[in-house]
Amino acid sequence: MSPTRCVRLDELAQGSRGIVQRLVGGGAFTSRLAALGVTKGVRIEVLQNRRHGPLLVLARETRLALGRGEAQKILVEALPDERPDSR
Amino acid sequence: MNDPTPARSPADRRPNATLLVALAGQPNVGKSTVFNLLTGLSQHVGNWPGKTVERKEGVFVRDGERVRIVDLPGAYGLTARSVEERVARDFVIHERPDVVIVVADASVLERNLYLVAELLALGVPLVLGLNMMDVAEAQGIQVEPQVLQAALGLPVVPLVATRNLGVAELVEAAVRLASDSSSHRPSRPDMTGPHREVLARLRALLGERIPEPYDPAWVALKLLEGDVEVTGRARAWAGDEIWREVDALLEAHEDAIVDITSGRYDWIARMVRAAVRHPRLRQVNLTDRFDRVAVHPLWGVFVLLGAFGLVFWVTFVVAAPVQSWLDVRVVGRLQGGLARALTGSPAWLGGLAVDGVLGGVGIVLTFLPVLVVFFGALGLLEDTGYLTRAAYVTDRFMHVLGLHGKSCLALCLGFGCNVPAVMGARMIEARAGRLLTILLAPFVPCSARLMVLAFLAPVFFGRGALLVSWSLVALNLLVLALVGVAASRTLFRGRHMAFIMELPLYHLPNARTILAFIWGHVLEFLRNAASIILIVSVVVWAAASFPGPGIETSYLARFGRSLAPVGALMGFDWRLIVALASSFVAKENAIATLAILYGGGAPGADLAQTLAAHVAPASGLAFLTVTMLFVPCVATVAAMRQETRSWRWPLVSVLLHLLVALTAGSLVYQTARWLEFGR
Repeated sequence: MSPTRCVRLDELAQGSRGIVQRLVGGGAFTSRLAALGVTKGVRIEVLQNRRHGPLLVLARETRLALGRGEAQKILVEALPDERPDSR
Repeated sequence: MNDPTPARSPADRRPNATLLVALAGQPNVGKSTVFNLLTGLSQHVGNWPGKTVERKEGVFVRDGERVRIVDLPGAYGLTARSVEERVARDFVIHERPDVVIVVADASVLERNLYLVAELLALGVPLVLGLNMMDVAEAQGIQVEPQVLQAALGLPVVPLVATRNLGVAELVEAAVRLASDSSSHRPSRPDMTGPHREVLARLRALLGERIPEPYDPAWVALKLLEGDVEVTGRARAWAGDEIWREVDALLEAHEDAIVDITSGRYDWIARMVRAAVRHPRLRQVNLTDRFDRVAVHPLWGVFVLLGAFGLVFWVTFVVAAPVQSWLDVRVVGRLQGGLARALTGSPAWLGGLAVDGVLGGVGIVLTFLPVLVVFFGALGLLEDTGYLTRAAYVTDRFMHVLGLHGKSCLALCLGFGCNVPAVMGARMIEARAGRLLTILLAPFVPCSARLMVLAFLAPVFFGRGALLVSWSLVALNLLVLALVGVAASRTLFRGRHMAFIMELPLYHLPNARTILAFIWGHVLEFLRNAASIILIVSVVVWAAASFPGPGIETSYLARFGRSLAPVGALMGFDWRLIVALASSFVAKENAIATLAILYGGGAPGADLAQTLAAHVAPASGLAFLTVTMLFVPCVATVAAMRQETRSWRWPLVSVLLHLLVALTAGSLVYQTARWLEFGR
């Protein structure tokens, strides 16, 4: 759980999961994401991540499209793959 | 069941006889389905004062109780950062509804309860409707409403709104709660840790300075959350001295927002612990399967093109014939009949009634089939959940222009007609993005302009027509991209629009919801645009008819002649200028005007020959260029006014298009002459 293992959400590969550790986009960004289910401590799964363009993630049963810039402001602790065969 | 007459005589109105109920909910939870079930077509669609957000309300009678129900805009939370959320919370604060019904999606319950947590902080009586119980069940999620009701301390009613299950019970619960609040002892999320003392301190500092109807506890909470609007108000209420203290306190606890938002979800977790059971492994559902194709980088684009192809196909197969039927059978016959009836009266009167007024009515009418098809398509795409996927797929193409995917969808509608493109911009949340989309929409060549192009290009260029046509369409799109890049770097600079969008689960479309969507939008367009179109139509008719006898000697012709020096830059004589001016009423009018001015007859083979003989290819090319880029038609201008609630943006748009069209026209003409084009 050391903070050194934090990566930006956009650095997570498609199909991998993480736990949200910090949102670095300021108060408005934080409250907006909170209302959509993304807060500190939530499990987040990257459904689609190509090298550019928006990302598709799943958190609290909610599928969210996030611009790459927005994803860069979400710091996560990467979780080890549970099901390497998935997606 | 429904009461279609909202206004009654004062005699039978008992004091406090009408209950005020607000319907709240996050987007995509089936809230409008519930609202439509309750009010049917007796609903009134308008706008929130001074806002571009749709306001729907209706009245119905249940158990002898008159209920006025106001549909609040869909909101994920109650911060002030989006217009929807601000409208929703202002309504609850200032109008103090007797009860707020919150519709929640049972399959995404935790996130939906976030709005409940926010509403509870406002201290208003709540009833929770758990919609989509069937969807939750299909996903293996078990929700027990009774257990949730006990935990939350407020009435909870299970619903399947698409099958009209539970809606009557929901209203019953709301009516009961309004008269007897004993079933309302809500559990409220509270603050833990150091922030609890900060809140108490803030309340003590501001205390009596907070005016009605604001609740001091709520104001303190929102200050700590860093809410921009509440901060502004509180600063004014506090006065400089107290504000310095408040500000210092807030600065020291800047990160409180993280604890507040996490605290809400901790509370939610406690509420649902006993009431909701999730399957151990998340099932791969229909949405996952559809999305493998719909959001695929390659297949997703094909699906989108297919969807648009279908929309335009329906427009041509259904809307176009109805349009011409309305034009010929309805308006044409009316015009014929009216002309016969007015044979004895002065010529100007007949002209005014037949060509001016009925001509304008005809234009309004011919928009209807197109709008019905487009809003039907938009409603269908939105209701099934596909619309957000389409926006996601197109987002990467629009990023350069500083726009999001939803702008692309709105602009694509513009190929059919610019009016739905402008109106479609309302699905974009951020104001800057909405305005930029509205500004760009008329650069998309609409079907009326494409028709003018298809008719005139062969006249001037024979075999080269196809190449010229494609080049001109490409020029329009190039100009659109350039203006988009320029505007997002200047006019809308620094207004980066965060792209965060929910992709809801797919579900079967609900006919009632879509019909209500079409009905509301078409009615709104008629109310706002019909009068403007009529007035402009009459004015242009008058300018072309007076002082008589023909259009050659009219005010419009004088106007065209006075602009001859400008026209010379583009190789236009006065007739081409007049044709352009008349296209303001409707783009296709350009051809009819040319027919009168050059041929004195109908647009046919004769007109083609006369035009080819009178207009040099360089002038023709410039004329087509200008037509494609020219000022949006009056219906589009009216739609712009409706969407932006002011004349400023329509005016900006008209001037921008005038500038772009005349510059491009001059450049094209001068270049063509220099290259000795067509000689």
